[in-house]
Amino acid sequence: MDGLVLRKLGRRFGAVDAVLDFDLHIKPGEFVSLLGPSGCGKTTTLRMIAGFIDPTSGSIELDGKILSAPSGSVPPEKRGMSMIFQSYAIWPNMTVSQNVAFGLNLRKLPSDEVRKRVGAVLETVRMNHLADRYPAELSGGQQQRVALARAVVIRPAVLLLDEPLSNLDANLREEMRFEIKRMHDEFKITSVYVTHDQGEAMVTSDRIAVMNNGRLEQIDTPYALYSRPKTRFVASFIGRTNFLSGNCGNQMIDFAGFSVPLALIGEEVKGSGPITVSIRPQAMKLSATEAPKDKAINLEGLVRQSAFLGETWDYVFQPKDSGLQFRVAAPPADVFQVGAPAWLQIDPAQIVPIVD
Amino acid sequence: MTSVSHPAASTWSQDRPVKVRVPWHQRLQPANLLWLFLAGILVVLIVAPMWTLVVSSFTDAKTGGWTLHNYVEAYGKERHITALTNTLKMGAVVVVLKLAFGVPLAWACTRTDMPGRNFVRYSVFGAFIMPPYLAGVGWILLAGPNTGWINRVWHSLSGSTEPLVNIFSFGGLVLVTAIGGFFLVFVLVSSAFEMINSEMEDAANILGAGPFKTAMKVTFPLVMPAIIGAALLSFLGAIALYGVPALISIPARYPVVVIQLTEFFSFPLRIQVAAAYSIPLLLITAAMLGLQKLILRRKGYVSVSGKGGERRIVKLGRWRWVLFAYCFCVVALSVLMPMFVLLLAAFSDSWTTGFSFSNLTLSNFHYVLFEHSSSQKALVGSIGLGIVAATVAITLALFIAYIVQRRLIPFSGLLAFLAVSPYVVPGIVLAIGFYAAYALPPIALYGTYTIMALAFITRFLPIAFTTSSAGVRSIHPEMEEAVRILGGGRVTALRHVVGPLLKRTLAGGWLLIFVPAAQELSTAIFLVGPTTRVVSVVLLDLSEEGELEKLAALGSLLLIIIVAVVALGMKYLGRDFMLRRS
Repeated sequence: MDGLVLRKLGRRFGAVDAVLDFDLHIKPGEFVSLLGPSGCGKTTTLRMIAGFIDPTSGSIELDGKILSAPSGSVPPEKRGMSMIFQSYAIWPNMTVSQNVAFGLNLRKLPSDEVRKRVGAVLETVRMNHLADRYPAELSGGQQQRVALARAVVIRPAVLLLDEPLSNLDANLREEMRFEIKRMHDEFKITSVYVTHDQGEAMVTSDRIAVMNNGRLEQIDTPYALYSRPKTRFVASFIGRTNFLSGNCGNQMIDFAGFSVPLALIGEEVKGSGPITVSIRPQAMKLSATEAPKDKAINLEGLVRQSAFLGETWDYVFQPKDSGLQFRVAAPPADVFQVGAPAWLQIDPAQIVPIVD
Repeated sequence: MTSVSHPAASTWSQDRPVKVRVPWHQRLQPANLLWLFLAGILVVLIVAPMWTLVVSSFTDAKTGGWTLHNYVEAYGKERHITALTNTLKMGAVVVVLKLAFGVPLAWACTRTDMPGRNFVRYSVFGAFIMPPYLAGVGWILLAGPNTGWINRVWHSLSGSTEPLVNIFSFGGLVLVTAIGGFFLVFVLVSSAFEMINSEMEDAANILGAGPFKTAMKVTFPLVMPAIIGAALLSFLGAIALYGVPALISIPARYPVVVIQLTEFFSFPLRIQVAAAYSIPLLLITAAMLGLQKLILRRKGYVSVSGKGGERRIVKLGRWRWVLFAYCFCVVALSVLMPMFVLLLAAFSDSWTTGFSFSNLTLSNFHYVLFEHSSSQKALVGSIGLGIVAATVAITLALFIAYIVQRRLIPFSGLLAFLAVSPYVVPGIVLAIGFYAAYALPPIALYGTYTIMALAFITRFLPIAFTTSSAGVRSIHPEMEEAVRILGGGRVTALRHVVGPLLKRTLAGGWLLIFVPAAQELSTAIFLVGPTTRVVSVVLLDLSEEGELEKLAALGSLLLIIIVAVVALGMKYLGRDFMLRRS
């Protein structure tokens, strides 16, 4: 199988499974993020791919060749990969161009070729004018660019990125997200990106693998992950959401106070009994008057809280005679006072049944 | 590497997941053998000599069988027991003196506006560079009962024929021992004072405590662990010191352990008894260091660990001159006076006649450089051993520290333990261990520079290891991981990244080893052969022959060379490279 394949990968530290039964297939040239809270096993997974940690079960293979197995692994230096580290790990005893040339020199390339490629990659990251500087003379963002250049210049089989932006300030981080995306679009290197920041993952990735407690929760495109989360963890980790418990039966889901025909829901629901759904704040609309009676669910109630976030309003809406509360996003022009009566419309197609 | 293709790997497919293996030749990291090799070296340097020491203390010299007789012989005589108790008594008094010298100076130089702080710092540094036995010779010149300068001045002033001071006494022994070692107290306590954040003292001030109360209730309790640690080390240094007792305790008729050990080593040679007799030194040292660890582990002392913030200087007012007078006295006693008389004697025809132009000569230098049978060779030997010991110890320690910090092999903690364990072995005991293990056939290294170099490397391995280990710890592992993922092995990482980054740290450590190694006496005393003498041993010979002027000349030469090397180091490393280290 082409690309990077993790098969039933597991790593146990003492009695704790840091990673368990992790299956992942990354196609050549694909950019995949491992996203999850700290301690979810994403960095362990990345370091297993790099060869710094041996798995205790399962295997890692690249283009059909086994790299890691519990019986032993190809050491990192023989994997032809490269990595961008959280601390950048730019060697302070070498200049920018020496840093970038290091991997090429290890490959014993002729010095003409080394110079040419170093110059070209520094051009790409816009660091050409600083080639003879030492790292201590660079800003954080510039060091990050050097790390990027050093990693891609060897044309690695796989590029690994370990929270590379977590040490940058917010503005720079935003800029570097797009820089990383641009580099990937240019070189099409198979990339694995570890982050706990959903924004970073969504900007850069073709697909995002959400991890929790050492297991893969869901892997999908950023859009699918947001609009169709499969588990409670994914729904709450990516963006904000409302969870509703209901009961399924008779081609209907009954929630406290209203019910929805199964046919209107975006996906097929099998079986019957208790069910939990996720409804994004953006899947609902508040209005001051009752909406025309069409298929949408229409609930009467009160605005309980409001907060203005700049790009949206964040309202808490409570239906009449109900203990339920919904968080609803509204455009800045839709102003409601706290305590004001209002109607809530829910788009049934955006009600997503999830696994608890 | 061979090109054998591994059948298990090439035929693997999804249907047969049981055979998931990486071919062995792809897994191979030849550097792993290096780590095992280093572990082997440590066994040669540390485990074998110490093991032989303990075993031979239980071995019958004639039959080779198991016996307790050595212990009976070692501890059966009252004289031998007296030497042991004398040593402990001397050690205790020396500790008090060293603290009285070192602590006020450390406080004055780090926390007050006393004038001449740099002068005091440099002078204390001089005390580090001057080996204790040279200070001892200086004091013999100053306070010998009949011809010592102080006594002669006293005689001419008072008309008395009784000596005012006599260096050949218990008091003389502890004074000279203390001035030769209070440097360590100064360094340890200084760095503790520098760690204290002034905000802690401000907190006491704002609650109503005056400067004196603050010092007593806050500042000194905070440096207490450093003081206790320095006291323990001072005690250990004092009881294991060989040079000063060799000069003073015999004429003073105050037998101590190290002198008794040399008696076992003179004819008839009784190594097994010496081994048995050295066990208490070993046990006391181990116990003391254990005690120190225990004290430092207590919770209340953790606060000193923080990186010091801003430090404010205590304004002393008129008292600053009083403090300076005290510091000057200490410095004069320990460095200025002995160094001055030593230099003067080196240029004198006869030191007893005092200073005059007719008495000036260079003949002593000519003698030790060109006429004396072994001193020229000894100079080369001492400097050479210093260079070899420092270089090998630092290199070895860097690799070991790297293995330990990066946990490259199982039980790497054991390697760390081994590397620092010579710390608990007094130099003279180490020498006995090396003698017992390697001097005699079948290995028969006696009388070679090799055995001395090995012993010196072992002796200074703990300093080298602590320095390197702190250095390696300061390097982010990702620095090397970046090398490895780009295709370089661990050795490449050590050569191109870790080594260059630690250049300054390692050079500082190198100097910290070179200086004492070039002067080392107690480890050398049992290992020198007829043709492999070192300066320290030749100096002792000269003192036994009464050739104090020539001794002074040779000692000055050694000092000059060492000072030159250190000055060179300071130029490249900054002057603080030694004083700022704990």
